[in-house]
Amino acid sequence: MSIEKPVGIVLVSHSGPVAEAVAAMARGLAGGGATAPVAAAGGTPDGGLGTSSELISAAAARVDRGAGVAILVDLGSAVLTVKTLLAEGDELPDGARLVDAPFVEGAVAALVTASAGGDLNAVAAAATEAYQYHKE
Amino acid sequence: MTDQKPDRTLDTDFFRRWLTAATAMVEREAGRLTELDSAIGDADHGSNLQRGFRSVMTELGRESPDGPGAVLVMAGRQLISTVGGASGPLYGTLLRRTGKALGDAPEVTAEQFTEAFRAGVAAVAQLGGAKAGDKTMLDALEPAAEALGTSFGAAAEAAEKGALATVPLQARKGRASYLGERSIGHQDPGATSSALLVAALADTAEATP
Repeated sequence: MSIEKPVGIVLVSHSGPVAEAVAAMARGLAGGGATAPVAAAGGTPDGGLGTSSELISAAAARVDRGAGVAILVDLGSAVLTVKTLLAEGDELPDGARLVDAPFVEGAVAALVTASAGGDLNAVAAAATEAYQYHKE
Repeated sequence: MTDQKPDRTLDTDFFRRWLTAATAMVEREAGRLTELDSAIGDADHGSNLQRGFRSVMTELGRESPDGPGAVLVMAGRQLISTVGGASGPLYGTLLRRTGKALGDAPEVTAEQFTEAFRAGVAAVAQLGGAKAGDKTMLDALEPAAEALGTSFGAAAEAAEKGALATVPLQARKGRASYLGERSIGHQDPGATSSALLVAALADTAEATP
């Protein structure tokens, strides 16, 4: 499957390994074939815990194919940093959006939807809807 | 303490000196901030701010932002990109919004700065979704913004008082809020660093003829 302009997905966690692992898991669960681009932006550039606006901007630029970028975040400074970058206006690509979603489940839902050719609204809705998947 | 003259002018150098004084305070108090943060947070507030303000100083040395607004916007941007914790976007937003509100005038009046600072504090409240009494930076910043209409010294006193008043509060925002009632009895690190920032402002004003 090849989509001309897939939505890009950025996963922002306090931890580099968490962001990378969730990206890898989402790719795996999104199934065979080409998936929409997903990039991890976890931790600080020196490998510590925290949030890096540089890593986030770089990840967003990497997955931007012109159809918008859905940004999923874990907590605290990850949320605040993305909100601040969006308010800034020039550090993230046009059409970048903070998506309100659970981090792991939302990432899988977002990547599956984006890989199936869903637009940014569909990707965001699928990720947010993952909140409704109750486990008990 | 004398009342503020609303038409007192503040130039680019004033804002550079404010940031330099704030950096010195952060350097001096980093250990204490981290200690406060180890009680109810993740023990990195002092070192995070140290990294952020050092990079502000480096950037100020490298380029010469023209005008009070440009100085603060640049400093805010540095904090956002280097702090690494929630205080980065929060203090970054405070300085950047204040700077943006000041525009590109070569000098601003104390009254204009007060208005701009209030806009900056409002932006912090909006970003974090917190309000006074939640045991956050706002417990120092909001009283300071209010008192700034009187004088820089009054703002510093109000901020310090606000920071001390966070001790009996239960945290309602950020990591400390997970502690529930166990957050009571500790002074909030963010309110403490906010009070330092305003104290540096008052010191700078006092040292300025």
